[in-house]
Amino acid sequence: MRGFRVWGLVPAWSLMLGTLMVPLIIVAMVSVADRGTYGGFDWAFNLLSYREILFSEDWDGNLAFDPKYLGIIGRTLLLATATTAICMILSLPVAYVIATRSPRMKALLIYLVTLPFWVSMIVRVYAWLIILGNDGIVGRFWHWIGGEGTLLFTPGAMLVGMVYSYIPLMVLPVFAAIEKLDPALLEAGADLYASRWTTARRVILPLTWPGLAAGAVLVFVPALGTVLEPMLLGGGKQMMMGTLIQTQFGGGRNWPFGAAVALVLLAMVVIVLVLNARRAMHRETRA
Amino acid sequence: MSRHHNVRHYPGAGLVTAVFFLWLYAPIAVVIWFSFNENRLVSVWTGFSTKWYTAALSNDALLDALRVSLIVALTATVVATLVALSAAMVLSRNPDMRFRRLSETVVNLPLLLPEIVVAVASLILFSQIGFSNGMARLIVAHSAFCTPFAFLPIRARLQGMSRDYEEAAKDLYAAPFTAFRRVTLPLILPGVFAGAMLAFVISMDDFITSNMLNTGGTTTLPVYIFGLIKRGTTPELNAISTLLILASLVLALLALGLSARWMRRG
Repeated sequence: MRGFRVWGLVPAWSLMLGTLMVPLIIVAMVSVADRGTYGGFDWAFNLLSYREILFSEDWDGNLAFDPKYLGIIGRTLLLATATTAICMILSLPVAYVIATRSPRMKALLIYLVTLPFWVSMIVRVYAWLIILGNDGIVGRFWHWIGGEGTLLFTPGAMLVGMVYSYIPLMVLPVFAAIEKLDPALLEAGADLYASRWTTARRVILPLTWPGLAAGAVLVFVPALGTVLEPMLLGGGKQMMMGTLIQTQFGGGRNWPFGAAVALVLLAMVVIVLVLNARRAMHRETRA
Repeated sequence: MSRHHNVRHYPGAGLVTAVFFLWLYAPIAVVIWFSFNENRLVSVWTGFSTKWYTAALSNDALLDALRVSLIVALTATVVATLVALSAAMVLSRNPDMRFRRLSETVVNLPLLLPEIVVAVASLILFSQIGFSNGMARLIVAHSAFCTPFAFLPIRARLQGMSRDYEEAAKDLYAAPFTAFRRVTLPLILPGVFAGAMLAFVISMDDFITSNMLNTGGTTTLPVYIFGLIKRGTTPELNAISTLLILASLVLALLALGLSARWMRRG
């Protein structure tokens, strides 16, 4: 099977080279190109698209610092971080309860956590559009308790949608970490007169940390590039980086600028992945 | 030991978990519930009716979108499963080969990168090289991001299975391909099916890439649904969503059931 050793990998490598790696290099090239007159672009080398992220140019060619796009990047980071934090906090009790059930019940509950993840993303986001709308269950409750305006098209609505979309990616690794916990350690904590909460803080949390960190990467990375929540639940008014990129690629829009924003997003993801790989390696060498 | 003294019991955690599962399934239940609403308004219940299903199933634009989605998903599933199977065979049978870790990362690359960035990259490449067949563009792009979903269950199965049977086949002078076809493939077939089904669901559900590469004639089901949502919520939209939910759940249940079954068999 010596020959197969190489040939078996050729389809996978060609597919990923052709649809991911080479195209990403071209995106980098387009991000330094000139904007085309009718959409598209003309090959060139300048950093105008990156400058546009920070500065705007008036009719006289004067540059002025413009926080418009930085605000979008900030909102993206904020919402992705909040999504990750909420998923972490929520997944701890849930994963703990699942991990302490009988094997049959455990399998069933993990099944139930995973299932909604396979339901079309657009349907899941649409469901929240109905629920949070003025006629929806939560929307009506909001008005009943005296709330004003609509819940939709707010950062809160986007946050709910994002947590809902990505939470299974957090529960699974946290569950795996808690399941590996030796119950004797909890007993030991109790024997040493630690309260439940001290045991949780000093024993469970540190030992669950690798699972939480793994889940944080799994949630944070797709949350940074999320598109549907800002488009539908944010109503297009609350832009995130994903929607900013998306809008640059319609007819007659600014492809080089969209490519530049896409590369900034990619750089942010790569930083997270590299930090995570270093953390994992550090843990391996310590162990 | 009374419940009060059970060190493993955390008061409140059970309640949080119950609310969590309610919250996880309530939105899906709401969509399904209002698909049977007779009223034009989505959230105002006035009576039971299946007329929105009749309307959905006689909607030509919807059926067109469904046809595009099925063609793309079926083709991409076959491509992705073959690519993944071939890569998984090499990677699991040559643990000490050069570039093994790198190759594994490359196969899983679509899981690591934000889909919107990859979608933009595909769009730019395809328009640069003049690759303009809408359907073919979708199939190529979908094949790539479906590959890791097909790869992971196949790889897990290959790693979990005993190599004794393959060794026995080799001892009996079976040619490598015969050994693969008659011994290895039947043993890992549930994993291959599970991977293929996950790939199919992922392709059917995709919005970001399909929307970016959409060229009018190749509107997929999620892209069509997005257009409908933009025009306002209707019970017909709920009926379409319900059908999509059922299809996804049935396939996911089958796939997860298949992988769970021989996880237990070990």
